[in-house]
Amino acid sequence: MTDLLSIRNLTVTFPTPRGPVDVVRGISFSLGRERLGIVGESGSGKSMTGRSILKLIRPPGRISADEMIFDGIDLIRRSERQMREIRGARISMIMQDPKFSLNPVMTIGEQIAEALTTHNSVTRRDLRNRVLEMLHAVRIHEPARVAGLYPHEVSGGMGQRVMIAMMLIPEPDLLIADEPTSALDVSVQAQVLDIIEELVAGKGMGLILISHDLNLVARYCDRILVMNGGEIVEQCAADALHRAQHPYTRGLLAAIPRMDEDREELPVLDRSAWAAA
Amino acid sequence: MAGRAAHGAVGLARFMLVTILTFLGLLAITFFIGRVVPIDPVLSVVGDRATQEVYDAARERMGLDRPLVVQFFSYVGNVLSGDLGQSISTGRAVTSDLARVFPATLEMATIGILIGVLLGVPMGVIAATRQGSWADQLIRVLGLLGYSVPAFWLGLVGLAVFYAGLGWVAGPGRVDFFYEGMVDTITGLYLIDSLIAGEMDIFRNALSHLVLPASILGFFSLAYIARMTRSFMLDQLAQEYVTTARVKGVPERRVVWRHAFFPIRIQLITVIGLSYASLLEGSVMIEVVFSWPGIGNYLTTALLNADMNAVLGATLVIGSVFILINKISDVLYRILDPRARQ
Repeated sequence: MTDLLSIRNLTVTFPTPRGPVDVVRGISFSLGRERLGIVGESGSGKSMTGRSILKLIRPPGRISADEMIFDGIDLIRRSERQMREIRGARISMIMQDPKFSLNPVMTIGEQIAEALTTHNSVTRRDLRNRVLEMLHAVRIHEPARVAGLYPHEVSGGMGQRVMIAMMLIPEPDLLIADEPTSALDVSVQAQVLDIIEELVAGKGMGLILISHDLNLVARYCDRILVMNGGEIVEQCAADALHRAQHPYTRGLLAAIPRMDEDREELPVLDRSAWAAA
Repeated sequence: MAGRAAHGAVGLARFMLVTILTFLGLLAITFFIGRVVPIDPVLSVVGDRATQEVYDAARERMGLDRPLVVQFFSYVGNVLSGDLGQSISTGRAVTSDLARVFPATLEMATIGILIGVLLGVPMGVIAATRQGSWADQLIRVLGLLGYSVPAFWLGLVGLAVFYAGLGWVAGPGRVDFFYEGMVDTITGLYLIDSLIAGEMDIFRNALSHLVLPASILGFFSLAYIARMTRSFMLDQLAQEYVTTARVKGVPERRVVWRHAFFPIRIQLITVIGLSYASLLEGSVMIEVVFSWPGIGNYLTTALLNADMNAVLGATLVIGSVFILINKISDVLYRILDPRARQ
């Protein structure tokens, strides 16, 4: 199987008053048309990794890599204009919180339509049908009514389904989901992830699911990367996660509370265990 | 739908009520200013050598012996019927004075705000999208000048350079003396009146008089509007939904205008409204330097002559302009912001 995405030696650097800081430090990984999970705590560089695939690191941050090959195209050598043809159309990203990531003064229908018309020329009637179909596909029951609403008029769960519809309507090959459920109520998290899983599998897309939730990633992904301090510390198959070797991963696993346990206190990560390595 | 119509009618009724109450509040303020100032309106009519009998008779005739509340309502009645009293310095009705001076200020302020908006908004957007570039630096320096340079100085320098030096524009006043009173007053705006009369010479002359003071006002308003636009845009460009638009592959120009600028139109309306209101107040400095017969000039002269009727009348006009512009901003807010429509 040829890789959909292959990254070699990716580094993301931010200048600070005390000199440049690498938030991602020379990581390499590849991805087929599969579901890859990236986990790690806050500040581990997982979101920066996701955004650098789209080359959307905000200045003064800088990306460098030996190569970043997506479907035969080396993204790192692409101009901003060429990247725009890829963004949305071929690689898309679901952002964290629909309260902030949807434009407050555009209707939901307009925002979804824009994702499609940016890359395809569609007749007005087709456009409306495609938008309504897509809303239906993310299990919104009254698509015609919802399309006319503004983001502040829908719930967080519905907002995130709108986000999914918007990012999948141009039928990209790779979807990056950056903490897609951490802003949602627990009761709707599974529903949103099920929709993502179903659509990604149905269209044979690649998925990168970025999360801090080990259980969630283990459940929805085939393979897992564990990141810490801007580096990949462990790669394993999702079902082999409990056999993970690296002390950081073991520490994270040990810190997950269980329903049937009687531990008084959850263990704290002992950072000295891998700092030496 | 009937429910929505009824809702709209209630909203409109409430809006009207609030507007009327605000206006009444303004009338109350001008009325009490008139009572509190240490200028005796009776003395200014009868003169300070009048006998006590003459003084009392005049006081009674002017209704000043009646209770304050009664006086207030008769004042409101007078204002509503367009009677603001006589001006002692011009000897004419204050209403007709204001009808003459307010259009002069309106004409200058309107051209000024147009310059401020048409140049200031794009400049602010450019400065924000190219933060740190030479264009941004230039716009920031202009903004700083707009804050720190006194208006009268800029007016004098402008006259020295463009009128006396280069001869590109006409000097002080609204038109050359030669053209004064040659066009019938319809709107009081010389540019429009001369166009209606088909007098292109007068139109060109009035424009040549107007362009310099209006540009100076425009510069101050531009500096303010550009600075505010820049800071609103910087805030917008850091929003997540702007990143969302980029993720979709939306072209940068559309990202800037449709996704970042669209939401700030609403905030800009307030800024522009305030700026316009302050220009309509009449920039006294500019009007004095350019001998512009506007409301700022009129109000200053009236104050110096203790001409209370004229002062109160002009204050009332300026206050009404503020109320009106605020109400227009309110309405535009509701139209443009889907979140404020409920």
